[in-house]
Amino acid sequence: MPLDSSRKPLVSVKNLKMHFPIFGGLLRRRVGEVKAVDGVSFDIYEGETLGMVGESGCGKSTVGRSVLRLYEITDGTVEINGTDISHASAEDLRKKRPLMQMIFQDPQASLNPRMTVGEIIAEPLREHENLSGRDRETRVLELMDQVGLNRDFANRYPHEFSGGQRQRIGIARALALNPKFIVCDEPIAALDVSIQAQVVNLLEELQDSLGLTYLFISHDLSMVRHIADRVAVMYLGTIVELAPREQIYGDPKHPYTQALLSAVPDPDPALARGIERIILEGDVPSPSNPPKGCNFCTRCPQVMDICKEIPPEFKEVEPGRFTACHLYNTPADHAGHNETAQTAADEDKSIQLGGNT
Amino acid sequence: MADGALPVLDVKDLKTVFQTRKGEVHAVNSVSFDVRPGELLGVVGESGSGKSVTMMSLIGLLPMPPAEVRDGEVLFDGKDLLKIDPNALRDVRGGDIGFIFQDPMTSLNPVFNVGFQIMEPLRKHMGMTKEKARNRAVELLELVGIPDAARRLKDYPHQFSGGMRQRVMIAIALACDPKVLIADEPTTALDVTIQAQILELVKDLREKLGMAIIWITHDLGVIAGIADRVMVMYGGQVVEQAPVKELFTNPQHPYTRALLKTIPNVHGEREAKLNVIEGQPPILGAPPAACPFRDRCEYRFERCDRENPYRRPIGHQHDVACFYEFEDKSAGDANAA
Repeated sequence: MPLDSSRKPLVSVKNLKMHFPIFGGLLRRRVGEVKAVDGVSFDIYEGETLGMVGESGCGKSTVGRSVLRLYEITDGTVEINGTDISHASAEDLRKKRPLMQMIFQDPQASLNPRMTVGEIIAEPLREHENLSGRDRETRVLELMDQVGLNRDFANRYPHEFSGGQRQRIGIARALALNPKFIVCDEPIAALDVSIQAQVVNLLEELQDSLGLTYLFISHDLSMVRHIADRVAVMYLGTIVELAPREQIYGDPKHPYTQALLSAVPDPDPALARGIERIILEGDVPSPSNPPKGCNFCTRCPQVMDICKEIPPEFKEVEPGRFTACHLYNTPADHAGHNETAQTAADEDKSIQLGGNT
Repeated sequence: MADGALPVLDVKDLKTVFQTRKGEVHAVNSVSFDVRPGELLGVVGESGSGKSVTMMSLIGLLPMPPAEVRDGEVLFDGKDLLKIDPNALRDVRGGDIGFIFQDPMTSLNPVFNVGFQIMEPLRKHMGMTKEKARNRAVELLELVGIPDAARRLKDYPHQFSGGMRQRVMIAIALACDPKVLIADEPTTALDVTIQAQILELVKDLREKLGMAIIWITHDLGVIAGIADRVMVMYGGQVVEQAPVKELFTNPQHPYTRALLKTIPNVHGEREAKLNVIEGQPPILGAPPAACPFRDRCEYRFERCDRENPYRRPIGHQHDVACFYEFEDKSAGDANAA
């Protein structure tokens, strides 16, 4: 388990920031920045799946891309397999690429329509490995078997495949170089429900047989519950809660996690109509102009005065459980606010009980 | 949802065919259903199952050609919508039958302010003056929960967030007090917390306004929360229809059963491995001569290859298009848990 201190993290991200500049005005000067990711820290242990959930625009995909250094990150460090790649040069990064791969959301857009499936899967081998033509072909066919694609289709083009099969092509390409770490960015969002399960099962089987480590980014909370060992919940560029799966889903701490979980429709009429939903008011604020204090304070049902002033610290509230919320301040942090925090914490326990029965 | 009430919309044997370069595609095959005043009918199915095409055919929203409504009857208000002339149909569309589309960004016109777009049906269908229409538009925006409605009439679609745009779409659809509201995946493009807001709003509005709603979705969770009755579509036909509780506790079509098993849940037990429906949904190049689900069905037997199953009633408002009869009627309970 991740709590075991003897296991070392394969990926270690500290205080990652990714700000995109906004240019405006007549001279296209820099007038501000979109704080897509604003201080995110987490570890991913070997063989583990870390789920990353949140609504659109919360920065989860940006985290995934920054971790692989597809962006020049603004601040923070990213360590993969013991090496810091946060400021590595393009040449060094290229040497690291076989270790870390990515599966994209839209299999239609991420596969070159003019290349055959065989060519697509062979491309990383061509770029990074010195194989003879015959060896490469053998490896491609092996990969196609591994992801459940018919070998006979190696000469077909992506448009001849359905969405689920196209995603398998993307997975085979990601596996070609025997990576240790794969970022899966919404790999099932574009697929139908009956096909989603096929792809998720495939990802799990591959993890078991190849010992892969995943960062699984998704907005689908029920699918993440299925696949992830630990789950990080993001809101407006920060992680608000990070905990082992059972604890996030069974006993969410952060008010945003609670609201998010209660908003997921339940495929059972008896349950669905009994649940007391926490309906959040309003929309997510703009990441170019986040609110003062806690990012969630504009929509939080349990907002306190302190939330509008001081951003909460992301810290361990129970062994292995991290959250960024003033409700869980210890007396030492803010002696004056202790009492409010305690009653509020009690209240939210009762909400959870109501929500889960 | 009075059980005995006459249906406000009654669709019989609808068949829609598309002409493509590779020949015909039979997207909708003999679909029949009805919906009663005040009832919320959920329509579930995967992409390509024909759920959207069915709804678009019945109010003439499909481009013809390539589409062709080959057969069927759509009885609404004593008229057959497939036979009336285009002008009369235009009066019904956006008037007595409202439509909400999936993507609120592409279905609003970006060059007109939302006030104009809400007032347009009011002036065209109800013959209101500008002044009256404006007042009604403000009322409508308030009804769907947009704060500061009078001022926001002058705003353009890009000035609204996704959830707010969908509220504007709902306001437009509701403008002329429709008797039937067809909502085609109205929350699919939205985030869960915004989806929850819209679902609450629709539940609320239905109670207030008492119209019939047809809600198309692929999300069984949404259906479980709001529908009264559910119609499951596969391969261009209705494979099962039942009241919502019955469908979830006692599904009788192998596809419905499999579908209920494949979806993971955020509450309740977590499955160790997801159940899978192997294979792909079919594309129908000809009217189906056999069961469209047979290639993916674990209960397939010889008759399924010979005949296309008809819908047979098996309980109160419950019918299923399958030859296989499950002996254990309560087996479905396990799926719902």
